This record gives sequence, structure tokens and C-alpha cells, in this order.
Amino acid sequence: MTLARIKSIALVGLTGHLIDIEVDISDGLPGYTLLGLPDAALSESRERVRSALLNSGAPWPNKRVTVSLSPAWLPKSGSGFDLPIAVALLIAQGLIAQGDMSRTVLMGELALDGGVKPIRGVLPALLAASHLGIDGAVVPDANLAEARAVKEIEVVGIKTLTEVISFLETGEIPEQIYSVTPQSTYSQLDLSDVVGQGRARFALEIAAIGSHHLLFIGPPGTGKTMLAERIPTLLPPLSQANVLAVGAIHSIAGALDERGVLSTLPPFIAPHHTTTSTAMIGGGAHVIRPGACSLANEGVLFIDEAPECNSGVLDALRQPLESGSVTISRASGTISFPANFLLVLAANPCPCGKYSGRGRSCTCSAAQIRRYLQKLSGPLLDRIDIRTYVEAPTRTEMMQSDLGESSAVVRERVITARAMAAERFHGMSWTLNSRIPASQLRHKYRAGKDGMIFLHNELEKERLSARGFHKVLRLSWSIADRFGRTVPNYEDVEMAYHLREGAEFL
Amino acid sequence: MKKLQEIGATGEAYVAAYLASQGAFIIERNWRIKDGEIDLVARESGVILFVEVKTRTTGKFGHPLEAIDRHKAFRLQRLALAWISLHDKWGSEYRIDCAAVILNGNLEPQIDYRRGVL
Repeated sequence: MTLARIKSIALVGLTGHLIDIEVDISDGLPGYTLLGLPDAALSESRERVRSALLNSGAPWPNKRVTVSLSPAWLPKSGSGFDLPIAVALLIAQGLIAQGDMSRTVLMGELALDGGVKPIRGVLPALLAASHLGIDGAVVPDANLAEARAVKEIEVVGIKTLTEVISFLETGEIPEQIYSVTPQSTYSQLDLSDVVGQGRARFALEIAAIGSHHLLFIGPPGTGKTMLAERIPTLLPPLSQANVLAVGAIHSIAGALDERGVLSTLPPFIAPHHTTTSTAMIGGGAHVIRPGACSLANEGVLFIDEAPECNSGVLDALRQPLESGSVTISRASGTISFPANFLLVLAANPCPCGKYSGRGRSCTCSAAQIRRYLQKLSGPLLDRIDIRTYVEAPTRTEMMQSDLGESSAVVRERVITARAMAAERFHGMSWTLNSRIPASQLRHKYRAGKDGMIFLHNELEKERLSARGFHKVLRLSWSIADRFGRTVPNYEDVEMAYHLREGAEFL
Repeated sequence: MKKLQEIGATGEAYVAAYLASQGAFIIERNWRIKDGEIDLVARESGVILFVEVKTRTTGKFGHPLEAIDRHKAFRLQRLALAWISLHDKWGSEYRIDCAAVILNGNLEPQIDYRRGVL
């Protein structure tokens, strides 16, 4: 046998393509040709494969070796093809029988000593494989936990090339060692850690119910970050499908170990305000990687000190805020990642941060204060439903010994309220209050009579824009769901109005 | 230095003997012009063979034929064409072969003969 064929998966974004790895060994001068648009890391596979084979006691063919990765038009990258190439070389040399490898994929990077090292993107690759009719996989044992999350595929984890060889020859499965994080990982953070902050707590709960984007304004040290970090604990746990979807994105970004494979806690991503738009949105020259807003998919994207962000970075979020996904175009292709997140911005009230209450210790001029929050562009702020102040807790609040409501209590209410909304929107294309289209809002989802009169008055007095009108209406539905009312009444609308228009200098 | 040349000559002799045993007729050995040298020129059923022989005393330091890189391969092509034109053999069929010889001390030498490698 001088010809061998093995299957593996190449990822383009989150889309997996089945790759045929063919190895042909023919007479001629010793040489190695790798076909199929390999990138630098993949071209280096020759040296890794050669050393790994020799150091595992297997021969290297001193003949003309042609390795072809097909389909040839698809650019391939990364070190994950080392293992299938090495196995195909062994089959082509007649050291392992070819057997039926048509429904099994292999992936893994080889160390020079023949060890098998973890690679990125095993979870999305196997998810794709299961749709392509694959039912077996051999992966590095360090990736075993994420690979096992794909139930349709029988996975074998391996540590060394020698283990693969004996597995393929005898079917003997090496010892499978891996640890899976518990099914429901709720973080150590809890809302009961927060002292006082009644208004901000309420804003968080409403934001969680309707998935309304949120802006906190407050002096440093009042707990804006502390509040934002606790939002994932208020959201309903991720569904099984979303656990895999979120895990897949973290897997290609190489951040899955941090997150935990089967964690049902919605992600919380907090990029620093000096981040670039590429890091925020995703990108890269050869391999396009997801950015912070895709890592925050189905979770929370928190940007502290938002006015300090480089211009353009926040505005780049407008597309994902609108469509729930990002599309990235580069010379190598166009890729879409999901980016359906709850945006939370935090800002100081002024450059020195002390302009609150009577603002006595603030050293900023009136013009500076005005300019500061104007750095947040109008179109972006338009997409933020809730703007609220976070004040420093008072002395009496700090002295309180009884804890506030815990995350679990609030989460239960959020789940109940979301169920109400889902029932109301049965058969529609959306399930969350923040996603009600404007046209539907005016006809089908109006508030009670008093509430509508109140809103129309505000509109008349030009205290509310047309867009603001819709935002307040959406918020009032979330508030109504919170209190178990079937239609928002006057109080709901008024509360919504204050949540939306509460920060007057925007 | 003498020793290296002796090793090369020994290897070439083994390959010449091998070719002869396969029914080929050796035309020339170590045909040399300014550009370089062809180790063996032979004829086998009307085909002119140009043979590059690589000899090693041990196989420990990689396969002998790994020493033939792209530049060496191009030079072999040029030399073959030079031989053909100087001997006025235009139009005849030719082939470039490579042979690896590992001498292995007192044991029987190993010959790895590869046809039509370029």
C-alpha cells in the first residue's frame, strides 16, 4: 500500500469542512510535497511529523512523499493536521492497515517526541463533523472534555502517536483521563454582595428580563463594575444548544478552558477600553478569529470607562447590536460569527469622575463635563434602552447587616417574566421585549390607556423622540412582565420613562 | 581527502556492476566538464541513462539521496543535455537515475536504485 486516505476537519470561522488527507509514496528522490493551500503553521507540519514518527520508533519514508489535503481550493491552517498526516504516512508505508476510516476524523498537533498536543476548535469541528455523517473521532486527550460534549460522535482521546497506532491496529482504547466541569456552573459572584443600590438593582433586573442594553453613570468606586459582573447570574441558564454554540466560539478563540466546557452560565466579557475594533469585532489576516463581541454571544459585553474608548470601537458595535451577528470580510474570505449580547456600558459623569450629587469636589469645567459623555455617539446611545445613575451607597446602607436579594431569587423572577413574554410572542420571530419591531409596537403591543396618554404628552412636549417613545414602550413591557401584569399600566410606563430618560445630560 | 574519493569510487563501481547485471551497457564513468561531473553514463535498450551515485559509509546521518537538492537536480539536467549535445545524440531517449549506496563496513553494501527521478 503506497496510498492512504484519512479524514479530518478544517474550520473556516465556525463552519467545518470535511478534509480528505491523501498520502502517496512513490519512487524518486526523497522529498515531501504538501498540497492544498497550507499556511505557515501547516507547512511546518513536515518537520513535526517526521520527528514524531522517528521518535515513536516508526520509519520515515525516504521516498517521494506527496500529501494532498482536498478540497484543494480551501485554504487550510493550523497544526491540527499533524496527526492525520502522520497516520496516513504509516498506512501508506503498510505499517497500519487502511481499514474503514471513512466515518472517522483525526485531529491533533504532534510534539517532536511523538506526544499529541491540544489544538483549538475541536468542539466546532466535531459539531460540524456530526452533521457531515462522521461518527468517530480521535482527538488529543487535552481536548477530550470538549469533544465529549458532542454526543453523536464516539471520541477517543490519545496522548501519544504510539497510542494511536496501537488503537488503530488492535482497537484497544487507551486510558481516558479527563475532567468535566459540573453541569451548572454558577459563578461565585452574587447580587447579595451588592450593598443598597435599589435603583441600579431594579435596572439590572429589567435589563435581564427584556435583554435591554444598559448604561451606568456614576463616580469611581460606586460599584458599576460590581453590578455589571453579576448580570450573568441573573440571566436564565444557557440552553443545551447555546452551551455548545458559546463553547464553540470560545474553543476557536482558545478560551474554552477558562470558561469550562459545559458551563451554563452566560459569558461575561469585559474588554479594556484601549481595545481595538479588530479585537472587539473579530478579524485577523489569515485566520479570522472571533472578537470580544462574539465571545459575549448569549451573554454580557461590559465596557468600563466607555467614553475613553478609541473612536470607532464603540460604533463598530452598531452592526452586531442591530443584527445579532458580525460579518468580517478579509482577502481570505467572509465569515459570520454570532454576536447576540447584552451590552453594558459604564462611564464616569465627568473626566475627574467626581461630578455627582452636588458635585462639590469636581474640578471639571462645565464644557468638559458636557464634552465627556458626548464621546458616546448618538446612534450608539439610541440603541441603549436603560440609562441609570449609580450613586455611592449611603452610610446607613453600608451599615446594613442584612443582605440584599440573592441572584437566585432575582433569576427566578427573570425566568418567570421571560416565560410570560415568550408566551405573548408565541409564533413571532422574537421572544424578548427589546426585540419587538416598532411597527408591531404601535399596533399590537400598546400600553394601557393612561400610559399611552402620558407618552403622547411627552412626545408633544418634545421631551421624548420617536425612537425614545418606542424604547420606553418596550421597557414598560419588561416592567409589566416583572410585576406579572398582562398589559403595562401607567406606573410601568412612568418607571420605564425614568429608566430610559433618567440621565438628563445625554 | 583521498579517502572520500575512494568511497565515492567504490560506490560507483558497485552501481556500475549492478547496472551491468541488469543488462545495461556502461558508456562512460566520471564524465567531467567545467560545469560538473556525471558519475555514470549507460545505455539500456536504446535509452541513455545518466546516473548520479551517492555513497555513504553509514545510514545514520540521513538518506544519501537527501543530499540531492533542487540546485543539484537542475545541474544534473544541464549536464545530461550537455552530454547529449557534445555527443550529437539529439533526439535520443534519455533518463536520469539516482543511486544510493550504503557501504556498511564489511557487510554487503546496500544499493537503492531509483529510475527516472527527475
